[in-house]
Amino acid sequence: MAKAASSLSKKANALLNWFDDRLPVTAFWNNVMTGYMAPKNFNFWYYMGSLALLVLVIQIFSGILLAMHYKPSAAEAFASVEYIMRDVEWGWLIRYMHTTGASFFFILIYLHMFRSLLYGSHKAPRELLWVFGMFIYVALMAEAFLGYILPWGQMSYWGAQVIINLFGAIPKIGEPLTQWIRGDYFISDATLNRFFALHVIAVPLALLGLILLHLVALRENGSNNPDGIEIKKNKDADGKPLDGIPFHPYYTVKDIFGVGMFLILFSFVLFLWPEAGGLFLEHDNFIPADPLVTPEHIKPVWYFTPFYAILKAVPDKLLGVLTMGASVAILFFLPWLDRSPVKSIRYKGTWYKVLLALFTIAFIRLGLLGMAEGTPAQTWEMRIWTLVYFMFFVLLFFMSPRAKTKPEPDRVTH
Amino acid sequence: MKKLAITLFLAVLLLPLSSLTVSAAGGAGVEHSGANIGDTASLQRGAKWYVNYCMGCHSISYMRYNRMARDLDLSEDMVMENLVFSNAKFADTMDIAMHPDQSKSWFGKTPPDLSLIGRSRGADWLYSYLRGFYRDENGEWNNTVLPNASMPHVLWTLQGIQTPVYRQETDASGFTHEVIDHFELTTPGTQSPDEYKETARDIAAFLDYAGEPAKLKRKGVGVWVILFLVLFTLIAYLLKAEYWRDVH
Repeated sequence: MAKAASSLSKKANALLNWFDDRLPVTAFWNNVMTGYMAPKNFNFWYYMGSLALLVLVIQIFSGILLAMHYKPSAAEAFASVEYIMRDVEWGWLIRYMHTTGASFFFILIYLHMFRSLLYGSHKAPRELLWVFGMFIYVALMAEAFLGYILPWGQMSYWGAQVIINLFGAIPKIGEPLTQWIRGDYFISDATLNRFFALHVIAVPLALLGLILLHLVALRENGSNNPDGIEIKKNKDADGKPLDGIPFHPYYTVKDIFGVGMFLILFSFVLFLWPEAGGLFLEHDNFIPADPLVTPEHIKPVWYFTPFYAILKAVPDKLLGVLTMGASVAILFFLPWLDRSPVKSIRYKGTWYKVLLALFTIAFIRLGLLGMAEGTPAQTWEMRIWTLVYFMFFVLLFFMSPRAKTKPEPDRVTH
Repeated sequence: MKKLAITLFLAVLLLPLSSLTVSAAGGAGVEHSGANIGDTASLQRGAKWYVNYCMGCHSISYMRYNRMARDLDLSEDMVMENLVFSNAKFADTMDIAMHPDQSKSWFGKTPPDLSLIGRSRGADWLYSYLRGFYRDENGEWNNTVLPNASMPHVLWTLQGIQTPVYRQETDASGFTHEVIDHFELTTPGTQSPDEYKETARDIAAFLDYAGEPAKLKRKGVGVWVILFLVLFTLIAYLLKAEYWRDVH
């Protein structure tokens, strides 16, 4: 028995050697997994990246299965989704994986970005890592918007109408531009068909390329950590960081535990609460798209509502669109706005805690207000939080180089 | 100090938002229905009421008779004899003979297909809508949940006719309005008020089921999936703890 096993492992080794002579399999594995030293003090916030990758796989897998049954035509789209929900074996599971996955993708990405605000992961030498991440976020927003039109319900139709019309605010080229996007004078079969193509081919390809860049940039300098100090500054005789541990097996087994925790939450929503009270699947989207009947209350899905609130806070349409655009664009410049000599919130001082708390409140309140019907009082509240949102970046820029910081430790703390 | 800061943070975050509700339909007077799709007898009664009273005008064109039979514990013979009034076959969808153009010219509006009304409106809304019909001073049908609804009260023989009793109410701007205080059952129907409540509840439950037939199955599957994941996560945690023993 033992002899047979050892001869089998010999054969497996021979096969691996055969491959290694032709393709750097072992070298790659050693380089990015076992030989990659990660800080040993990762906490809760460091699960989000690998979980986002998991959700990407879930979305691609469920998306391929959906595309086998879905029909991207204005006449058939709505019915084909119901066909998936009712007549396709386990079709409801496939669809809910995709709809739940979409919302969880954004939850994870928002937490992932917030982690950077906490521990300064965007600061030198990781500016490009952050910028690639921002491109991923923007591509993800495009992907979500394009995908939301596909069920061809009332919110699909009128949500797309509102968003596409935003481009109409641009002087001179606005109107022709919206027509070019729609491929028609109004949102129609042509729009649905091209959005489908972009949703299943163009944007996913761009996303995969950007994620590859994000990961290559991550491996170049290694992860930041909750203390925001470089583990490469303290190395042992062999040149290994004293506070580093091999990514595999340490963080792979830790991430398996994270995957388990995440999937419990994910399955709870998927199986027991897929509409999430109208947040993940909107009630009005169970009514087929009707170009002649405008819904009473058009609003985007929850993950867009903070930006939608910023748009609504500004009375002028063009200025509103520009302000909304600026609220996303300013995030790209975060690495250069944060001029603090230290990275982590642990050593930046109280001023940063207050700023970040206000920013977080502003973002969440804007998200809630973006869903609301928009009474005058709410509009005023949106204006206040929009101001707070932007003031975070302004104050960060001016305060970060001057503010008194706490001394950073030499080694990471637990 | 830290506690105070966290309290303050949460307080501002959770400030109430006026009219911030993500409700199924909104509308005044929506009551809790108690509709339960786990109650197969209720779904069967709902199906019976639906095909007899509603399906003259409202199709459920995404629903198949055989699927309904399977989910509601009904045999093919029972369905074909009691629930199919057209020449539809067992595997057909629950369509109606009336052409949309005809019904539009007859009623002014094509009665909508109700396949997904349980998802867009919700069971509570449907229950309240079916109980909200009244006859106004002009002798016209009206509804508390959907004012000026174009649908007449099809179930009036069951419920009877209720007429509103008004009271005066002064709003914030000082104007007085007449609002409906309660209903009086001026013409009794064949059912008592409690029986009619149950009828409305059964129809609401049936439409809730018809909106998402998978709902009957997914909750049961979900419980097992989650139990498996809890076990998986526990083992994953122990594995992680074992691997991490030498990390200080």
